Amino acid sequence: MNRPFPHAGLRPRGVGVGQRRREAIITFLLRVSAFTGVAGLLLIMVFVFMGALPVLVDPETQKEAGLAAFFATPLWQPVGDIPKYGLTPLLTGTLKVVIVAMLFAVPIGVLSAVFASEFAPPRLRELLKPAIEILAGIPSVVLGFFALIVTASWVQAVTGSVSRLNALNAGFALALGIVPVIFTVCEDALRAVPRSYREASLALGASRWQTAWSVTLPAAGAGVAAGILLGLARAVGETMIVLMASGNAALISASPLDSARTLSASIAAELAEVVVGSPHYSVLFFLGALLFVTTFIINVFAGLFIERLRQRLRGA
Amino acid sequence: MRRTGLGIAVAVFATLGVIACGSSSRRSMVTLKGSDTMVILGQRWAESFMAAHPGAVIQVTGGGSGTGIAALINGTTDVCQSSRPMKDAERQQLQEKYGNPGTEILVARDGLTLYVHESNPLEALSIAQIKSVYTGEVTNWKALGGPDLPITVYGRENSSGTYEYFKEHVLGAADFAAAVQTLPGTAAVVNAVSMDPNGIGYGGAAYAKGVREVAVRKDEATPAVLPKEEFVRDGSYPISRGLFFYLRKAPEGGVQEFVSFVLSDSGQSVVTEVGYFPAR
Repeated sequence: MNRPFPHAGLRPRGVGVGQRRREAIITFLLRVSAFTGVAGLLLIMVFVFMGALPVLVDPETQKEAGLAAFFATPLWQPVGDIPKYGLTPLLTGTLKVVIVAMLFAVPIGVLSAVFASEFAPPRLRELLKPAIEILAGIPSVVLGFFALIVTASWVQAVTGSVSRLNALNAGFALALGIVPVIFTVCEDALRAVPRSYREASLALGASRWQTAWSVTLPAAGAGVAAGILLGLARAVGETMIVLMASGNAALISASPLDSARTLSASIAAELAEVVVGSPHYSVLFFLGALLFVTTFIINVFAGLFIERLRQRLRGA
Repeated sequence: MRRTGLGIAVAVFATLGVIACGSSSRRSMVTLKGSDTMVILGQRWAESFMAAHPGAVIQVTGGGSGTGIAALINGTTDVCQSSRPMKDAERQQLQEKYGNPGTEILVARDGLTLYVHESNPLEALSIAQIKSVYTGEVTNWKALGGPDLPITVYGRENSSGTYEYFKEHVLGAADFAAAVQTLPGTAAVVNAVSMDPNGIGYGGAAYAKGVREVAVRKDEATPAVLPKEEFVRDGSYPISRGLFFYLRKAPEGGVQEFVSFVLSDSGQSVVTEVGYFPAR
């Protein structure tokens, strides 16, 4: 039979106008919900970039806080007789905290995913996965509070640092927040590698560790990279943990034992009281736009990696 | 399937109905918003007031003095709690929107307190010494007559009324040092100082639990005093401030009842219980 709609024959009998109308309504509702998310994203983008625009175009704002002012001073002192909007301490602070967090979170996240997918007996895996996913469900303010009260004292006891609250402490707490992200994506990627890969490797005489490290992990490499990037995006944007755990002193310092102030924490701490439309307000929106663009780029790359993994495994 | 949908719809409408009835019976609802320093105080007042006036609902939230003033201007709160006087620009906004520059009511006083770790032997600091610590000129306790240890300096975020008050009355025109660690809320500052032998922090007198208060002298010639009621009242404690209620217009109805309770003897005894000082 050569009918134009090959699936039309699958439609159950007795389908009337009512059924069709209902289908149409359901499709419409689904479409609306899908586009609500996209509309939200667009609105947020417009809102953030409009707020940041005066920094780039308004001469009145630029007198106090133009792009040049961001690097003319090493100080972040937006409230005062002469406001100073030096971004260098915020950029170094963000970088420092994120690097520390990734140094903790990447090995823990990736290796625990390898363990869960390649080595753990099924029953242990059933325990491990939900446990790590619950960690993802802990509100970040709780992780931050934990870091402020508990881990800060540990960090100081171990390192002998002068300040309790520092980039190391914040990075450590932040790692707790992003390990689940890395773990979940990596574990999914590893599990998606076909059994035949492992069987072939084992049949050639490779040990389980050799198989996991040299066959499965590279096969899932793009997915692992995507997991790491998604963790990175979360680390850059995460706010409450660093606000509570890093001490928020706007210092330019490479030492992880010094306090650090991040872009996200500055927005959270200061936006509550700025005068709407003031230079300080626009600068905070500019920081927001900066974070938005950064995480957007990271997410795009993560998406590309996931697509690559899909193609690779489909090709196999 | 259809029956379940109907059930859900009934449940939803029933819930909405309950919510609607609930809110309509709460006629005398008063909202307070603003200073984090005054949140505890506001809540205690609300509790005592609601115990004495069944049916009245007082809702208290923090966010910072500036947040509260913004909410007052935007009309989203009845009463703004503020730990600093309103600025001219803010009064002007109120004037433009409501034809009234706002009604100010002094409801309590606070001695801005300096906290150190309980193991710190330092008894007193002058305003000039405090300034030198917070501007970063002095970074070791030795220079202040303490042990040879570095100073870890804690402060509040620049959105807080306490930050602005401290900057204005202690630092003057100078800026905070970049090394000052800023924390969200006085409770967080107290917490950090209570665990840090090198730490110093500032905040409301009511929060000084688990830390030691430092006596403050205005200059070298005057005696150092602790933030105690008599010293705050007679003005000899050098960094005390008023805590205010701000209203869009003269109080009336439920708001007036609440304000007169706050200023009554029982309202002012709540102030003392919480750890601040009476307005009168």
